[in-house]
Order: sequence, then C-alpha cells, then structure tokens
Amino acid sequence: MNRLLAGQELRAGPEPLTAHERRLGKLPPTGKDFIETLTRSGLVGKGGAGFPVGVKWRSAAGHSHGRAVIIANGAEGEPQSKKDRVLMATRPHLVLDGAFVAARTLRASRIVLYIGEDHAAARAAMARALAERTDRERGIVTISPAPARYVAGESSAAVHLVNAGIATPTTTPPHPHERGVDGGATLVQNVETLAHVALIARYGVASGTTLVTLAGGVSHPGVVEVEETATIGELVARCGGVAERPRAVLLGGYFGSWLDPDLAWTLPLDARALHERGYSLGCGVVGLLGASRCPVCETAGIMHYLAGESSAQCGPCFFGLRALAAACSRIAQQGSNREDLERLQRWTVDVRSRGACRHPDGAVLFLQSALQQFSHDFSTHEPHSVRRTA
Amino acid sequence: MTRELVVDRIKCDGRGLCAELLPERIRLDDWGYPIITPGPIPAHLMQHAERAVEDCPVLALALRRVERKARP
Repeated sequence: MNRLLAGQELRAGPEPLTAHERRLGKLPPTGKDFIETLTRSGLVGKGGAGFPVGVKWRSAAGHSHGRAVIIANGAEGEPQSKKDRVLMATRPHLVLDGAFVAARTLRASRIVLYIGEDHAAARAAMARALAERTDRERGIVTISPAPARYVAGESSAAVHLVNAGIATPTTTPPHPHERGVDGGATLVQNVETLAHVALIARYGVASGTTLVTLAGGVSHPGVVEVEETATIGELVARCGGVAERPRAVLLGGYFGSWLDPDLAWTLPLDARALHERGYSLGCGVVGLLGASRCPVCETAGIMHYLAGESSAQCGPCFFGLRALAAACSRIAQQGSNREDLERLQRWTVDVRSRGACRHPDGAVLFLQSALQQFSHDFSTHEPHSVRRTA
Repeated sequence: MTRELVVDRIKCDGRGLCAELLPERIRLDDWGYPIITPGPIPAHLMQHAERAVEDCPVLALALRRVERKARP
C-alpha cells in the first residue's frame, strides 16, 4: 500500500528489512531522470520550509561534481513535533531507501543520518536498520547526533555540525547545496521527505499523504498519517475529537500561525494549498489551544522559549527576541499597556529578515499572528503569571 | 553595475559606524544593529557606501552585485 505507515502496528517498533521489502518490494533502480519524476510528483519538503524537492535536488545535482553529501535531517527540535522520531523509530528502512536514492541520483559518496540526541528509540532503530543493510550500503552511512536545540535542525547548522561539531547556523550564501560538508554540495533533507522519496521511487507518484503531529487540547494527541485532502476538522474528528472547546489552532509549530478554529477546521493538510492561502503546514504540527487557556500567556511562554533558542550569533535575533519576549511577559504579568503594544508592533517589523538563518523570522511571524488573532486579549489583558505548556 | 549593501549578521557587532557614514540608507535598531534600506545604491551615494564598507571595524558590511535571490 502506497503509504508511509502502512504495515505493522506502530507500537510493534521498527519494521525489519524483511517486512519492509515484503510490503513494498526492493528499491527499484532509478536513473538520472528521477529528478523529473520527483518534480512531477509535486513533493515538497516536510521539515518546515515546504520547498519543492525536485528543484532542490536539481540545484544540488548542478553543484555535485561527484562529491555530494546527503544529510538525512532527523533533528526534530520543534518541541511539539513527534512525527520524525516516530517515523525513524517505526519505518527506518523507508528513510534509508530515500537517502540511498538521493545518493544515487546526486552521485553522493556519503550519507549522514542527523538524529536528535534525545530521540533514543529513533536512533536505535536507524542503527539497527543500517546493520541489516549490505556492506556496500552501510559503508557510506554515518550517524551524527543533533543537539537538542531548536536551531540545530536548520540546514546550515546541520552542515556546521558535521564539519566542525557545532550545530549553529552559518552565514549564507554559500548554501549547503552549493558548498556544504567538506566543501561539497550537500543535500539536507528531512527524514519524512526522504521516506516519501522512497515511495516515489517505487510508484512514480507521491503518496498524497502527510505526517501530522496533533497536540494540545485533543482527546488523542500523537502522530498520524493523513491524506493531504483531509481537513483539520476531519483530522481532529478521526483522533477522537477535542478535549475542550478550542480557542485557536496553532498550525505549523512555533514558527507557524494562530488560526481561528472555524477557519482552521475547513483547511486541508496540503502544504501547497495552504501556501496559496497564505498559511504554512510547517513541520506538520496542529496544536489546539483550549478555551480555558490564556492566549497571551501562551504566546509569552513560546516567545521566551524561542528567544532562549537563539544561537546568539546575530544581534537582532539575540537582543530582539529577548526584548519581544520580555514585552509579552510584562503584558502577561503586569497587564496590557500601550507602550509594550507599540514596541511589539515596531520590533516585529524591525527584527524580520535580519538573522543569518530564519530563526528570528519564524519567531516574529508567529508573534504577529498572535497579535492579530488575539488582538483583543493583548489590549485588555489583566495581570497574571506566565506559563507554557508545549 | 548596480550594487547593494549586505551585512554578515554573524560578524556584525553593532558598532554603528555605518549608520553614521551612510544615514541615507542605514539606521540603527533599538539595540544598535544596522537596518539597511533594501535595493541598489544610487550613484550619488556610492562613494559613501564604499567608505562605510571600508570602515566597518569587523568587516561585516559589503557591497555586492544585485542579483535575483536564489533559494533554497
């Protein structure tokens, strides 16, 4: 069946190679024209940015010169996201297949599995899966633990870790696909994206499904594979419904945006369709904020987290996010005031696009959506203490 | 050749010299880091832009040819 998580139950653990090949058959040979197949499939990256995969591979191929490197990105530093670690822990061979197709297509001689250091089950499953592969396959793969920091999954940070052991973003250009690990073109691709590649290599078309982490005020939070045509309302219903009446939906994780539930309920979990409407599926997190929770305090808590996750390399990000988080906290703890509301408006504009990576951009876009969605709450907030529940 | 100003955000220390040398295109944010007006530098400001680049104490400011932005 043309799905990532078809086959044995997830709680059975990693799917062994024999079961994987019984379910999907061996990985068929793919040629140079695979990039066209990939482009036609319409697959977009599942790590957060949603960039078209075919375009990315073509660009990396143009810089490859036979010494490209593939980084399978399983850092998954997004606090609410669980889908990458669940995928690695249960369907490790799909990720490996995708990485091998990438290596073959881009003539890469090295694959790095970049896995979050806290994702122990995922790392064990990937290591075990690797041990089931041939010597020739195993010979080009290494595993690098990704530090448990938000920015560690950023593609230049992944390259920086492999090159120098430091998972902080670097100034671009050069982009990793131009000059990355050891100076060679480097394709940094999310592990779910690679798993989709493994299906496209077999069937020629995308599965039309996506992995979603459902979080917050729902009856059964967790990771599910859904059709991209399914709406958020259908997703929540399928997972047992809401635990309490939702006040807002945070779509796309901490770099995402707050949406009104009535609107969110009608939106499909389709990265391209969402993009056309000005929203982003991001890394596939759908978080529900229950009506009993305070959106101002929730926003302040997340801004504090994001400020603390700045790699402290660029002034506007390090100082700007700290100042924004502090202003949110003052409103939360001491009550709404005109000065801080004005600062939030000005600083969210000032900070944007002024980091080496997009950490500050993600944080201020999140905050802007909060200021828009909860404008009444921000302007009338009465003092109480900040708490965050991711 | 049209050129624009770019800052290496990691190198930039917020010394603020650039905003003094080219206030027409550069202002400082509340923490002292430069905010640059995007777009090509007009001919009559080019000399001042070059001076700002040369005088940046941490070599974070540069002029580069305007080109279409490539992603990823």
